Amino acid sequence: MLRLLRQIARVGTITEELRESDAYERAGRELAAMINKRFAGSLAIREVDAGSCNGCELEIHATNNAFYDIERFGVHFTASPRFADMLLVTGPVSVNMKTALEMTYEATPDPKLVVAIGDCAVNCGVFGRDNYAIAGAVSDIIPVDVVVHGCPPTPTDIIRGILAAIDGMP
Amino acid sequence: MRHKANTWFAERLGDQGIRTTYLSDHHPAHMPCLEIMRLEWKHAAEEARRLDMRLVALWAAEAGCHDQDQHARQGLYAYMAFAHPDHRHALLRTPLDAKNPQLPSIASEYIAASRMERHMADMFGIRIEGAPDARPWIRHEHWPQDALPLRKGFDAQSPMAVSSDCGDYDYVRSTSSGVYEIPVGPVHAGIIEPGHFRFLAVGEQILNMEERLGYVHKGIERAMQGRDAMEGIRLAARVSGDSAVAHAWVFAQAAEFAADIEPPKRASFIRGILCERERIANHIGDIGAICNDAAFAFMHMQMQRLREEMARLHQEIFGHRLLFDTIVPGGVSVDPDAKQLARLKWQTTAIAEEVERLRSLYADHPSIQERVIGSGVVAIDDARDIGLLGYAGRASGHYPDERIEEAYSPYDELEVNVPEGRNGDVATRVWVRFEEIADSARLIGEMIDSLPDESCSLEWRPPEPGVSGFAAIEGWRGEIAAWVRFGEDGLIDRYFVRDPSVINWLGLELAVREVPVPDFPLNNKSFNCSYSGNDL
Repeated sequence: MLRLLRQIARVGTITEELRESDAYERAGRELAAMINKRFAGSLAIREVDAGSCNGCELEIHATNNAFYDIERFGVHFTASPRFADMLLVTGPVSVNMKTALEMTYEATPDPKLVVAIGDCAVNCGVFGRDNYAIAGAVSDIIPVDVVVHGCPPTPTDIIRGILAAIDGMP
Repeated sequence: MRHKANTWFAERLGDQGIRTTYLSDHHPAHMPCLEIMRLEWKHAAEEARRLDMRLVALWAAEAGCHDQDQHARQGLYAYMAFAHPDHRHALLRTPLDAKNPQLPSIASEYIAASRMERHMADMFGIRIEGAPDARPWIRHEHWPQDALPLRKGFDAQSPMAVSSDCGDYDYVRSTSSGVYEIPVGPVHAGIIEPGHFRFLAVGEQILNMEERLGYVHKGIERAMQGRDAMEGIRLAARVSGDSAVAHAWVFAQAAEFAADIEPPKRASFIRGILCERERIANHIGDIGAICNDAAFAFMHMQMQRLREEMARLHQEIFGHRLLFDTIVPGGVSVDPDAKQLARLKWQTTAIAEEVERLRSLYADHPSIQERVIGSGVVAIDDARDIGLLGYAGRASGHYPDERIEEAYSPYDELEVNVPEGRNGDVATRVWVRFEEIADSARLIGEMIDSLPDESCSLEWRPPEPGVSGFAAIEGWRGEIAAWVRFGEDGLIDRYFVRDPSVINWLGLELAVREVPVPDFPLNNKSFNCSYSGNDL
């Protein structure tokens, strides 16, 4: 246990020069204020991979690492759509995932927000729309509030997308 | 690229009275493609098994440009690839009757063949004779009856019209009153890919876990047809995003073999550096995630921090956090300068040292050790029967490594150390990953030190129509095998790729028998198979 504490002390708080992290921190602070105002300080997200190559999943994971730590702004990922305020959907929607995506959307209580993460979610990306196995982009299947481009988008882009979705709420 | 033709397998088959024809339009010659008669398909597999060869892959293809003249009636071929540690890879193919394609199952020799045969049946409508499992695999219940996506004449340009009135998948069930079922997925609880797991459990114990995959089937094989190699490699890299380097490399190498192009050594070295960095990043991420699934969050935070540091340097030097699109046919698209290479080497060493420090904490922490030691054992005999790859194999006494078996450049000039585990549990799979991180860091250092000073790519020029190439690359999950055939105008007319997950998913099913249900995530993460790579 002592060695464990020593490692924690040795690594310390992860910081970096403001120039690089500035964009993220600013977006984060805005996000935290927005979540305080509109979601009583806590935004629950359900992530749905509707056909992604798993690259977007790696970057969504990264928003939870010590550099970004999205949870400090009041964002957390939930295991069930029943508790979710927002869906983050990745991938072109495969024919085999279409029903599951629709059911997840239905299971999410209103009002709900949907953010399409990554080029594939936005426009089917490299897999293409002219494809027997692709049902369409996310917005072809369920209503989408905000899209985030990138293959995959960076953690900073992802947090900006989440912010934009809340900002755009009526 | 002139390689000596490998006649070993042809000779062994000849001893058994199986006549083989060498196909000269297939490259490279050291991984020969031999045509046999369909009636001898199973016999050949039996002989391969007797020779202790490993099944690499099984696939089918419509006739290519050359084949149409030879077999006007037979427009379809089945292929299988085997590997032997001393005699490298060899391919067999046999013509099928396009109107009524049938093929004997080889699953009695190689259990891993079963899902690949089901994939062939789904995509081509090939009837597998004597198949132990005739259920569809990628074809979900709502697909149209007549949909055969890889056959000519199938409308692949628009989404399939699916039916809402369809049956359910025929899961393995138990009639015992004490057994209950736990259906999980396709949408899982974490931030992971979709798939369905059906557990049969008695109390806390898992009696059987059955995987139902195919949810992220994106028609990759079909979408590859008609693209040129430059476009195709972007799609290949996205077969499984966490293995973008390895998947791009296997595509590039298969295409380069076909086109008889040898990329400059500098390109191979940079590819090696990229691939080893990808291996380290994924192993680090997974070790953290395994610990997290056993509530050891400390390790998770530490490991994800290291992974992020790697991603940032990748962005800076190679222009992409996950190294997408850094490999192109003919070479690499990024050529780091001396200063960048020095930083890369420095960071690799620093991260490897930090991982060693964390490893000693992991080893000294009884609450995590209690969970990983003895959990999810795959016995050595089972691992060899299945042909488990990568760290899953290395934890269970099965050690294929293409960096040694195929010894492609740059590994022909390096010594790769393969950790040899035997206990087959989660702890050993984690141990293998720790060992591989250290070894990859050493390899990266050696590659940077001996990086040849020359151009890092050749101009790509496609081969003549009808020529095919096969390659096997050791990605971080294990061997990725790919076969590409070109058609007119340098466009791809068939691409087949076998991610290691296709085989390793079977290992997970076996590992979690008699494991308590709450230890499933831990085991699942210790295999961390790709859904996307399996479903294509």
